[in-house]
Amino acid sequence: MKKLRRKVYMAAGYNTVSLGTGRKEFNPRTPRPGIEHYISEAGQGVLKQIGGAQNVDESVIGNFMAGRFNYQGHLDGFIPMIDKGLSMKPAVRVEGACASGGLSLVTGIRQVLAETSDVVLSMGFEVQNTVKAIYGADILAMAGWFQKRKKGHAYFFPGQFSDRAGAYYEKYGFDRTRKGMARWYANAIENARLDPTAQEYHNTTPDPYATALKMKPNGASFVDHLTVLDCSKVSDGASAIAICSEEGLKRIGVDKKDAVEVIGFGHAVRDITSDPSDLTELETIKFAAHQALENAGITIDQVGTVETHDCFSIAGILAVEALGLAAKGEGADYVDAGHTGRNGKIPFNTTGGLIGWGHPTGGTGVHQAVTIWQQLTGKAGDAQITIDEKRPYGLTINMGGDDVTVTSIVFKRGE
Amino acid sequence: MTYDERLQNVSVLGAAGKMGSGILLLTAIEMVDRSLQPENKGKTFVLNAIDVSDEALAGLMDYLKVQVRKIAEKKTVWLRKMYADREDLIENFDIIDEYIFAVIRMVRPVTSMEEAFRSSLVFEAVNENRALKVKLLSRIKENSQKDVWFFTNTSSVPIHLIDEEAKLEGKVIGFHFYNPPAVQKLVELIKTDNTKPEVEEFARQYAANLKKVVVSSNDVAGFIGNGHFMRDGLHGMKAAAKLAEEKGLPLYEAIYMMNKITQDYLVRPMGIFQLMDYVGVDVMQFILNVMNPFVEDEDLHSDLLDQMMEQGVKGGQFSSGAQKDGFLKYEAGKPVAVWDVQGKNYVPFEAFSARCDEMLGSMPGSVVAWKATLRMKNKEEMLRRFYTDLKTTETLGSELALKYGKCSKKIGEKLVADGVAHNAEDVNTVMLTGFYHAYGPINAYFD
Repeated sequence: MKKLRRKVYMAAGYNTVSLGTGRKEFNPRTPRPGIEHYISEAGQGVLKQIGGAQNVDESVIGNFMAGRFNYQGHLDGFIPMIDKGLSMKPAVRVEGACASGGLSLVTGIRQVLAETSDVVLSMGFEVQNTVKAIYGADILAMAGWFQKRKKGHAYFFPGQFSDRAGAYYEKYGFDRTRKGMARWYANAIENARLDPTAQEYHNTTPDPYATALKMKPNGASFVDHLTVLDCSKVSDGASAIAICSEEGLKRIGVDKKDAVEVIGFGHAVRDITSDPSDLTELETIKFAAHQALENAGITIDQVGTVETHDCFSIAGILAVEALGLAAKGEGADYVDAGHTGRNGKIPFNTTGGLIGWGHPTGGTGVHQAVTIWQQLTGKAGDAQITIDEKRPYGLTINMGGDDVTVTSIVFKRGE
Repeated sequence: MTYDERLQNVSVLGAAGKMGSGILLLTAIEMVDRSLQPENKGKTFVLNAIDVSDEALAGLMDYLKVQVRKIAEKKTVWLRKMYADREDLIENFDIIDEYIFAVIRMVRPVTSMEEAFRSSLVFEAVNENRALKVKLLSRIKENSQKDVWFFTNTSSVPIHLIDEEAKLEGKVIGFHFYNPPAVQKLVELIKTDNTKPEVEEFARQYAANLKKVVVSSNDVAGFIGNGHFMRDGLHGMKAAAKLAEEKGLPLYEAIYMMNKITQDYLVRPMGIFQLMDYVGVDVMQFILNVMNPFVEDEDLHSDLLDQMMEQGVKGGQFSSGAQKDGFLKYEAGKPVAVWDVQGKNYVPFEAFSARCDEMLGSMPGSVVAWKATLRMKNKEEMLRRFYTDLKTTETLGSELALKYGKCSKKIGEKLVADGVAHNAEDVNTVMLTGFYHAYGPINAYFD
């Protein structure tokens, strides 16, 4: 991948609450905000920080399945609803399943690199609590190949990653893997409790690690190799961020120190109609993340924090291995040893990730960028971690489907 | 005839009623689940939903559609396996809809009794009227084209009388669900000396498939559940009358106080007067009238109930499941006023509750809320502590509660002594699972 021909920054991130079970204000029986609310809140949250809509050249909106969750297509048409100042400007909707947010980011980056824009409003959202989980599973299954749906599990994606977890247990041992997965869950909850917008912000489980370890997978009621605590929840939410050139950053009046620079990025897609060659490896994540690191000209040792796509705890562990932080089969031990905790060697998912913060599918990629922006610029509030000067980089990994579409971005605080 | 063969043609009498609709739902689910088994593919299963009202039957179908969807949503993992050979059913949406359709296709809502003549199994869930039950069952027996078995949901009529009077030749068993049947885990199983072993065997298999807790009761009017509840309710009304007289209170205030005692102090899901409203003042009077001729040492009758009926205050539920006004008046499901039989009107709680609460006195700090007991791991210890504290609390509330608890225990022990229940554990199981009490009436808390 070619080196970036121009400096690209991100700034002025904004997250709505990730609404769903776990949040005190969530009640499935009462009416809730629709997509209009989430798009408006996130978009306006950014516009307020960048001097208004007149500073935006174009917009990108990432979303996976509003067509089925909300009976709504033609989503770029909602951009001017955010602010009249966005009318008669370009806007585009992008979709790559749960990597739709990541696609929104890399599309914005490419627009800045292509010099068609100096300020891009990049956002992503999903409003999924419109249907019960058993029907939501059908909708989310469309991130897989439909030809496989018939033979798939009722909860299709938990089924896919249950198969991955099962293969991992068999190859590397059940108990040690479950410990790593329990630690992953505990880290997610502990981090989410520090971010008021997180879905698990109100979680009061006294000992999340013990709770997760005690719960055993039960194929009769769910899937064979995962418990519900190994899975991200159903979420409604949106995130947005401004993607700018140097000129754009000046235009919106944001100091470089309050922005993050995109040092490099990766973007890869695997054939959706073929099965993964090795269930215990996330090959596309491995490829795209290394592509991003190479594009940035750094190694994983220089990365201070990672936001990875832990739609399931096993995906978090496999990402640790894909990044080369642990050898194959040792990712669970690495996690269980606390290395990915907020005070560990390399903190992962510091506002809870998908399991803790929430997973509004089309918004997740953008949320990851917002979290990295918050952490590297000291804006993460109670969730703030200390960034080691020797490892100043942040990395995001956003995955669509079963390791099919992956975007990965390397960030550093602007200077 | 195998279990599945007997389930191939079933009728539910009174299918659109409060109990009948739940029985129909559970039976429909069991029948459809059996029909999905590989060995039953291609076989036809028919469930006749028989009731007198077309309107109620239409409501029943609406109820089925909603409830079957909820049930299907909870077992979609299993349904996907059952429908694995149906290439046209791909998404959960498709599979759940197909399952609902399978139920709707099987259920025949009819007002004609004759449909039951082809059934191998008949559930009876009509009014608690012995003559009506006998009339219906004997007619089916006389005209049946099959070796028909009868399950009666009576909560009070002795089964052997139905057997003898309808000439059912021992092919009948008491299969008493609790309200609502789809939720309550308990089934009282009542066989007579004449009940055929194969009928009992089938009933136990059916109950097990429905994941019900079965308690066998002897064939004595009222059985265990109503045997306890009816006497408990009568005691509640007597206790209220006594309290009113002793303290010079209007009866409605005493009713409020005894309802509070039986809910908060006895840690029950609802007070005794609310429970009587839930069951229905009319139903309660009906059951007492059925039971009374069969008891020699008691008079199971209440003038207050008669008075309520005369005044047209009957309680019970609307078809939506909402509570009708009875002893208490309800707003959004919560009691807000008490019926004054003298003034023939409802008196709002706020007019007197503060004074009554003060008379009852404060409760010990160790008080346990009923809802909290549902998940308590140390429930017994917490209850023991509360009742120990209550015994040292010299308030009117504690005095009334302790007396009531002791009386409830006596009622339970009498059911065992009179041979209605086989043992104390059965009595406690019925009250725990059928009435959702936090503890069985036969206990040491009040000794």
